[in-house]
Amino acid sequence: MAARTATAPGAPTTRLGKAALEVDDRLIVAGPLRRTLNKVFPDHWSFLLGEIALYSFMILLLSGTYLTFFYQASMTEVTYDGSYDPLRGVDMSIAYASTLDLSFDVRGGLFMRQLHHWAALMFVAAIVVHLLRIFFTGAFRRPRETNWLIGVVILILALLEGFSGYSLPDDLLSGTGLRIMSAIILAIPVVGTWVHWAVFGGDYIGELIIGRLYIAHVLLIPAILLALIAVHLLILVKQKHTQFPGPGRTEHNVVGNRLFPTFAGKATGLLFVVFGACAALGGLVQINPVWLWGPYNPAQVSAASQPDWYIMWLDGSSRLFPAWDLNLPGDYTIPALFWPTAVLPGIIFTLLLFYPMIERKLTGDTASHHLLQRPRDVPVRTALGMMSIAFYVVLLISGGNDVVAEKFDISLNAMTWAGRIGMVLLPPIVYVLTYRICLGLQQHDREVLEHGIETGVIRRLPHGEFIEVHQPIGPVDEHGHGQLAYGGAPVPKKMNQVGAARRAVRGFFSPVEEPTAVELEQRAEGRGLSAGEADRELTSSGRPAEGGRPSDGGRPQDPRD
Amino acid sequence: MSTRETHPGSTGGADAPGPLHGGPDDDYTPVQLAALRREELDRLGARYDGVEILHVDPGPEPGSPMEKRAVRQVGWTFALAGVFAFLFLVVYVGSGWFLPEWSWAEEGTTWSALFTPLLGLFMGLSLTLVGAGLVLYTKKLLPHETAVQDKHDGSHFDRVTTSATLLGGYHNSGLPRRKLITRSLGFMGAGVGVMLIAPLGGLINNPSSGNTLGRTAWAEGVRLLRDDGSPVRPGDQEPGSLETVFPAVPGGNRQTDAATMLIRLRPEQVLQDEPREGQEDFSYGDYVAYSKICTHAGCPVSLYEQETGRILCPCHQSQFAVTQGAKPIFGPATRSLPQLPITVDDEGFFVARSDYIEAVGPTYWNRERI
Repeated sequence: MAARTATAPGAPTTRLGKAALEVDDRLIVAGPLRRTLNKVFPDHWSFLLGEIALYSFMILLLSGTYLTFFYQASMTEVTYDGSYDPLRGVDMSIAYASTLDLSFDVRGGLFMRQLHHWAALMFVAAIVVHLLRIFFTGAFRRPRETNWLIGVVILILALLEGFSGYSLPDDLLSGTGLRIMSAIILAIPVVGTWVHWAVFGGDYIGELIIGRLYIAHVLLIPAILLALIAVHLLILVKQKHTQFPGPGRTEHNVVGNRLFPTFAGKATGLLFVVFGACAALGGLVQINPVWLWGPYNPAQVSAASQPDWYIMWLDGSSRLFPAWDLNLPGDYTIPALFWPTAVLPGIIFTLLLFYPMIERKLTGDTASHHLLQRPRDVPVRTALGMMSIAFYVVLLISGGNDVVAEKFDISLNAMTWAGRIGMVLLPPIVYVLTYRICLGLQQHDREVLEHGIETGVIRRLPHGEFIEVHQPIGPVDEHGHGQLAYGGAPVPKKMNQVGAARRAVRGFFSPVEEPTAVELEQRAEGRGLSAGEADRELTSSGRPAEGGRPSDGGRPQDPRD
Repeated sequence: MSTRETHPGSTGGADAPGPLHGGPDDDYTPVQLAALRREELDRLGARYDGVEILHVDPGPEPGSPMEKRAVRQVGWTFALAGVFAFLFLVVYVGSGWFLPEWSWAEEGTTWSALFTPLLGLFMGLSLTLVGAGLVLYTKKLLPHETAVQDKHDGSHFDRVTTSATLLGGYHNSGLPRRKLITRSLGFMGAGVGVMLIAPLGGLINNPSSGNTLGRTAWAEGVRLLRDDGSPVRPGDQEPGSLETVFPAVPGGNRQTDAATMLIRLRPEQVLQDEPREGQEDFSYGDYVAYSKICTHAGCPVSLYEQETGRILCPCHQSQFAVTQGAKPIFGPATRSLPQLPITVDDEGFFVARSDYIEAVGPTYWNRERI
């Protein structure tokens, strides 16, 4: 084609254009590239949470690769001879010694280690918040159950990745974590000891576990994560984004910005901000100062030993679960530890994994959904979610209940009992409260749609009665009641949201616009003051059939009595 | 976008494209395209991708104060990002060259304490400013457009034709009829699958061989040593105190399950002492020795509250009463800490009378049977 059309109209004349032609002639990328650049992304902040997780993962891959240049996964005992005085002459594993060297003898090594650790915390946190957004807005509904499943598996793998990662330095804290993990494995009924012997290569602690955790941490789990993230994104691109209901938004379109240049600019900006935040944390906020804990010694432990935040709820559940060994006939035992550390997360992650199917079964809603729900409109799901969060938070706080007890001078045993009672009582209370709040918010939306927005203007009628003037936000019937139906989109509740106030003149120290020009511009729009704002907030049904803007619903009308 | 007709095959590098070529290139000749403006081309391409540009709010007018202001903001943001990147390099490269040494392990200096925070500060500021600059650019200088893209459900045409192709292949393979092949394929698949994962069997070890779970290095006559290797005599400890001891075997103080707490009871505690049944003679005078490995999750139970005679595990807060045979009195632990029978040898040093009579450490499935 290139040779034939070289002189044809539209042939590139610039150098760059010619180079692009050469590339496309070989790789035929113009078509797919255009489709990619034209892809439309909805514009809402909550859609960026998953991106934060993705960018944290990229930072983890980069900083983690750097760390492997220096870290040695060996449990062979050496005598430390590095530059950190207090530990010189102490016996320790090569793993711990190389972590110390990385921190003290590698220029910027400590910075990279802390950056990696912070990025890991950020990664899991972003996944969890992203998951909550998906959950509360119903974005997991058909056809996105597959991506929900993949997402939950990514979360579980991220937890394993985090655990294996913070076990690698082989310091006192991580050794304590490993010891507990060993006890958890031993606690599995029937096969516990066999599994333990397979994982550790024998009795605790053996010589192998750090090397095995290392290869799991740097190869096995990241490779699976990478593959799952790729599939997650491919499915996302294929299915296209969900969006919140609003004018012109339907089940069959996506309204927003094209990838290029707006979305690409914002997303790349976010990448740098996330990277910058991790770098700042990694340098400014100390995390896991392993040299203070000392090498692992099975006879030592430090007080207030807590795992990273995403494992802490399981530590909390272990603390709270009562001392109930199950003694079976034949002198077999199911240890108490088994329930809070294996059964509980097993149940929770199974419920989480299959929640879309469970909800589909219970509600009978098998239709495809591309428009999101506001949490208030699905009170049962929202209440279930808040209930789970309450349960989680009780366990999380209990994971550090010794620290809470110490800082606030509370009895440790009282903290344990508060956690035991709290984890049973709090979730149902939160469920009921959330449910009522959702219903209240729903009612208020409908009230505003029917009676209009409170203007704050009090008027006295001729016969002496005082009334507050309400601004209807749509056409009204003969009784003055609004006729707009609720469409699943936010309802404006303040006069400024429907354009009562003019757009501010731009400029911080001094105006950079002529006030008259702003006035003229707004008149020129011809749709009332701040028409754009009103458009965004108002909808007649949430999905106008014409795919256009709602009629004139957004135009403020004369206040009525 | 074009109807693709069936075609016997490609012409394989021939000069003239076959009829399968089709698509927008048939709809628009190069001459037609050359006559279109860039915006029109952009929208035309977008339409082929199912995207319609509904509304474009142009960015600030060129030359307007708004634009100048935004350009200044974005420009300064990027410039500052560069400055901070440069400062990062100065700190990173310059330390130990024209700046003080960065390493703080030897003797801490102000600079060495600042080295890592400065790296984080400068890299963090630099990258955050790059991000902020990009966001400012898109928000303040780019036109804001609202685009709508169609979302398609699966196509019925695609489903029918794809399944026809798949079923055709399956049918042509004759597998539905050739049962022998189907069965042998299944057998082969199972066999090869198991064969490929079988080498993982190398991970399996028998936990019961040697009974390492139920046994420690303690044995009759093994001395109780402190961490530094010194033996312990009665009278070395204050009443009410606790000392961690290890078996006098090579590497005894690094063994994971042998750590033991030697506790000297206070006189009133001796009177209250209620050892476990059958273990009344495990103590020596006012000394008792209990395993340090928690029976809950295996952490060392190392917090001893002398006043109440309680041992607390810092991991999950199980509490054990030393005067009641180290019975768990609070928290998730279910079993007492095993007691080590102790006595004194001819030279007056503490020795074990035997190994622990039960398995130390966390509970497991068949612990009672070992």
